[in-house]
Formats: sequence, structure tokens, C-alpha cells
Amino acid sequence: MTNKATPEPPAHSNVGARFDNWLDTRTGIHALLHETLDEPIPGGASWAYVFGSGLLFLFVSQIITGVCLALYYVPSADHAHTTVAYIVKVVTSGSFIRSIHAYGSSGIIILLLLHIGQTILYGSYKGRRELLWLSGCILLALMLGMAFTGYLLPWDEKSYFASAVGTNLVAEVPFLGPTLQKLIRGGDQMGTLTVSRFYVMHVFVLPALLTGFLAAHVFFFRKAGAAGPIKEDPVYPKLPPVPFYPRQVIIDALFALVLIGILAIVTIKIPMDLGPAANPANTSFLPRPEWYYRPAFQWLKYLSGRWSLIGGILLPAVLALIFAAVPFLDRRLERRPWRRPIVVGAFSLFLVAYTLLGVASYRDDYYKDPGVAAQMHKQEEDARAFMQQPFVPEAAAGSASAALASADPKVLKGQALFQAGSCNSCHGDGGIGTAAAGPLTGAGQKFTDARLIALLRTPDNKMISGGMTPVDLSQDDLEALAAYLRQLH
Amino acid sequence: MELIPQTNNGPKVESSGRRSFLGALLGLSTAAVSALLAVPLVRFVTYPLRKAASDTVWSDLGPVQEFASITAPIAKTITLERRDAWQSTSSQKAVYVLPPKDGQFRILSPICPHLGCSIRWIDAEGKFICPCHTGSFTATGERIVGPPPRSMDSLESKVEGGLLKVRYQYFRQLIPNKEPMA
Repeated sequence: MTNKATPEPPAHSNVGARFDNWLDTRTGIHALLHETLDEPIPGGASWAYVFGSGLLFLFVSQIITGVCLALYYVPSADHAHTTVAYIVKVVTSGSFIRSIHAYGSSGIIILLLLHIGQTILYGSYKGRRELLWLSGCILLALMLGMAFTGYLLPWDEKSYFASAVGTNLVAEVPFLGPTLQKLIRGGDQMGTLTVSRFYVMHVFVLPALLTGFLAAHVFFFRKAGAAGPIKEDPVYPKLPPVPFYPRQVIIDALFALVLIGILAIVTIKIPMDLGPAANPANTSFLPRPEWYYRPAFQWLKYLSGRWSLIGGILLPAVLALIFAAVPFLDRRLERRPWRRPIVVGAFSLFLVAYTLLGVASYRDDYYKDPGVAAQMHKQEEDARAFMQQPFVPEAAAGSASAALASADPKVLKGQALFQAGSCNSCHGDGGIGTAAAGPLTGAGQKFTDARLIALLRTPDNKMISGGMTPVDLSQDDLEALAAYLRQLH
Repeated sequence: MELIPQTNNGPKVESSGRRSFLGALLGLSTAAVSALLAVPLVRFVTYPLRKAASDTVWSDLGPVQEFASITAPIAKTITLERRDAWQSTSSQKAVYVLPPKDGQFRILSPICPHLGCSIRWIDAEGKFICPCHTGSFTATGERIVGPPPRSMDSLESKVEGGLLKVRYQYFRQLIPNKEPMA
């Protein structure tokens, strides 16, 4: 060993230190930890800085709970709702894990609002932080995409109709609209391909993009450095730097504890409900999006019809572009909010308008029209009632009772004869074959009915040598037996 | 290599007592967070492990009267219902119902304890024959000759509400004793 960089530690040091050294010489973990944890924060740790790491924590929690939910979930229109009901009603802790995941998405949206609000208020997008801001904008869009694609997956009334409306909006996009909508839905209407597409977006595509942009976001943050308090210069901070570890780490960890505590309490008090399975024939259902999409939903009431292109696509797109361009438009290094009335004012105005729209939406639903309010309450009651019902398993396709229920009586008679004649003792249940005799599956495709019946009456030499005996039955019974054999596959 | 904790040389480096208190606080909150998530997660992921085995599935054979006066074993098809996670599947199995003795019914599994072929009842000979390796059994399922290492396996049965019911099970093959497969 001549190329060893560091000597092995002396024999007298303890096992822990020796292992630590062994690991470090192979991984460089000390330098890595130093790089990760000793990030200088101008002015030191603060409770004000918890939102970013809180988001990271919730994102990790969503990944873990999401991976677990995928253990039981089946992304197809005919099984999605049953499997979610199975998770919620049968699997141990299923309701808890699903609720944490579902409420976690709301938690992420709330934290995103706080994180963005603080960034704007603190002016911490300034000072060579344009890419940090842009990567954040993309993360925001991706998170909203995660919330939208995840909402559909339970395939209950609520998610089905809300996603039907959501994907209808896509058709408003100029030129490409109808094609884009068909692509997203996997057809003209919502169906199995819609679930499959949303699932793939929700568990593969968007999480992969999120992880990538999250890495970029953290990288840009570390490159620019923490901005510090509002009076700090965003490029050359003057306050003495204090390392991220241990104080900020502990504050962040305590915040994570608060977050998961709140989620757990909400989950236990009000478990996320699952409504009855989607019934596209239901004409009375009033679809409503999640609370954070409610203001947008309300907005479309005011600008509908020929204005919907402006209300649904154009205006949000312009707003999004202006939002993304904020660090390019606001070039001064001034960070104190009271000296930046335009940006802070515009954002506050947006928040107020957005909140008012949301409030208006709920007011419209519950206080304006008694018919609508009654329907909203009925929908909530239906969901509660569905949650109270015991889990009803689905009959597996190809299972004997499912097949029997729909079979032709002649085939059923043939099957009874097949079993009564103990044909199954050699040819197996359902003619699948055993060690004693070959399978009969596909025999019906090889021979005509007349030939099948003739063979049953007088087996050929090969069949006789295999132990087949002539079948002594009436013509009617033989025809039934042939009909049964014909449909074996 | 000396392991000196590298800290930023700013003026606010924590004293070692404070650092270890903060370290303990960190450990505590990390443990609390993981416990809050980990316990339900582990229960969720390992769900079927702690579920009590509910394999006591009774299948209907038919009204008792139907079998009261039979003189030879008859083959009867049962529909076996099974829960497979969120689905219920059913498959059809054959069993032999023996003529009752002192009012007691006996049900035999048609699966040969040798290699698992289906045993057939040959009325003309009054015997059960396994056609694969010509094992044969008496009308009550006792082994006569052939490679099967034991007699035919009887299945648990009961009469409930005038219906004869059977609990279908599989048994390990090639061993002299009847041993149910889990």
C-alpha cells in the first residue's frame, strides 16, 4: 500500500474514531459535511429562514409516503378507486399515510406561499440571484402540476369531475388546444389512459424534474449565499457570518417537527375522505378544485364564454411571465420592503385579490344559491357515508364466479358435464391440462363442432393410448360439451 | 489525520457545552420526526404480516339430503372464494363426498398425495385410481397399492343450516403424513 494518502489511525484510538477515519479516507465525508453544514449565514440563524428547508422536508415526506402508497395503488380507471378504498379502509395506517400525503400537498402550497412571500418581502431575489428565482418559479409550476395530477388519481366523483374541468381548460389553448387535450387525456374523454398519464406524470416525470430543479435551486442558493436580514447588502453582506450548523439545523429540525405534528393532528382529527367511485353519468355533481385552485376557478366564472381564452390562459400566462421576470425588472439592490412599494404592493394586491376570489367562491357555493349549497352538503355527506361503508372487494376478472355470471347457458351446461364426467381429473379444471393429459384450451379453434363431437364419441388412437375413454352422452349434451370446449382459452 | 471540527472562524463559534446541548436537541427532534412518520409507515408497508391468517374459508357443497342416500363417492365441484388484496377471486375445485357413515360425512381431496395428479373414482371397480402412476385407493380413500405414500387426504367438513360445507386445503405431497400447506 504505497499510494495511501493518510496513515491508518494508531491502534489505541477507539472503534468509533477508527471507523470515522476509515470512512472519511474513502468518501471525504468530513469535507462534504463541512461544505453542507457550515454554510455561512450573515447575521446568524433565524426562525425566519425555515420555509425553504420546511419545503424540502415536506417534499421528502411526500416522496416517502407516495412510494408507500404506490405499493397498493393501481393506475387504471377500473381499479384506481377500489385500490384507494382498500388503502383507506383495509391496510394498517392506510388512512393516515394517504391523509399525510394528501394534506402534505396543501402544506407544500402554504409553505410555498410563505417562502415566496418572504422572498419578495425580504427582496432576497436580488443581487445575482435571477437563476435562483427562475429555478424557484419552475419548482412552483412543477408543484402545482404535482397537485393537479395527484388530485385525479383516487378517481372518485370529486377528482373525476374536477379533472374533467381542468383538462377542458387545456382545450382553450390557441391552435394546439384540442390536440393537447387529447394527448393529456389519452383520448377524447377521461378514461384509463387519463389515469395512466396522470400517474406517470405524478410519480415519474414531475418528481424527476422537481428533483433536478430542486438541486439547481439549492446550488444557486449556495452559490449566491444566504441573503440575510433585510438591511443586509445582497451581494457583499457585512454582518458577521455564523455557520448553518448547529443553530439553523436545529431550528429547521424543530420546524419539521411542527410541520409533521400539524399534519398528524389534522390527519387524525379529519382524515382525508374518499368519495364514491367516479360515475360519469352523474349529472348533478358539482366539481370543485382544491382550495388553492379555488380563486382561479372563481375567476373563470367572471371571464367565461368568449372571454375564457383571456381569463383562463392569457392573463394567467402574462401574470406568470411578469412574476418570473421580477428580478430582471427590479434591478436595485434596495431590500427594505417599505422602500420598494411597487413590487411589494403588487404582490400584496395579488394576494388580496386571490384570497377574495377564493372567499367569493366558497360564499357562492354555500351562501348564495340554496340549491347549490344543498348539493355541496350532499356531496360531502356522500363522501362521509362512503367512508363509513365497509370495504367491498372487486371480483377479479377471469375468476370463476365472474365468468359464470355472464356465460352462455349451453356453455354452463357443458362445464357441468365436464366436471360431472370427471374430465377435469385428467384435463384439469377449465381444461388447462395436467400431467395425465394435455390441455384442451384452443381445441375448439382447431376442430369444427361436428369433428369435436365425433372425437368425443370415438377418440382417435393417440387419445385412447393416453387413457381417453369414449364419451357416452346424448347429442344435446355433447353439443353443450363442445360449446364449453370451444370457449376454453 | 487530526479530526478537528472545522467551523467558520467567525466570532460566534459555539462553546462546546452549548454545542452538545444543541446536538442533543437536534437528535431529539430528528427522532420525534422519524417516529411520527416511521411508525405508521412501517405498519403500512408490512401490512399483511400482522394480519391474522383468515384461511378458514368454508365452501358450500349443497343440501345434506342430496348426499344422505349416496352409496358410492361422488365428485362435487365447489367454488373456492379467496381474497387477493382488493379483489376477490373464485376458482373451481373438485372434491369427493363419501357415503355418510353413522350420519357423519367424509370429504376427500382429489389430489393424489404422490405427485398431485387428480384421482378419479372408477365406479365399475369400486376404487379410486390415480391414472398417472396407477396408485389405487379403497372407496374410503385408504391406500391399496402404488407409489402414493399415504391414503387420500380428508378435508374438514361441517353441516350448517342443512348445508354440507367443506374447508378446502392443500397438503404437502410425497410425505407419509398429512401436512397442510400454509
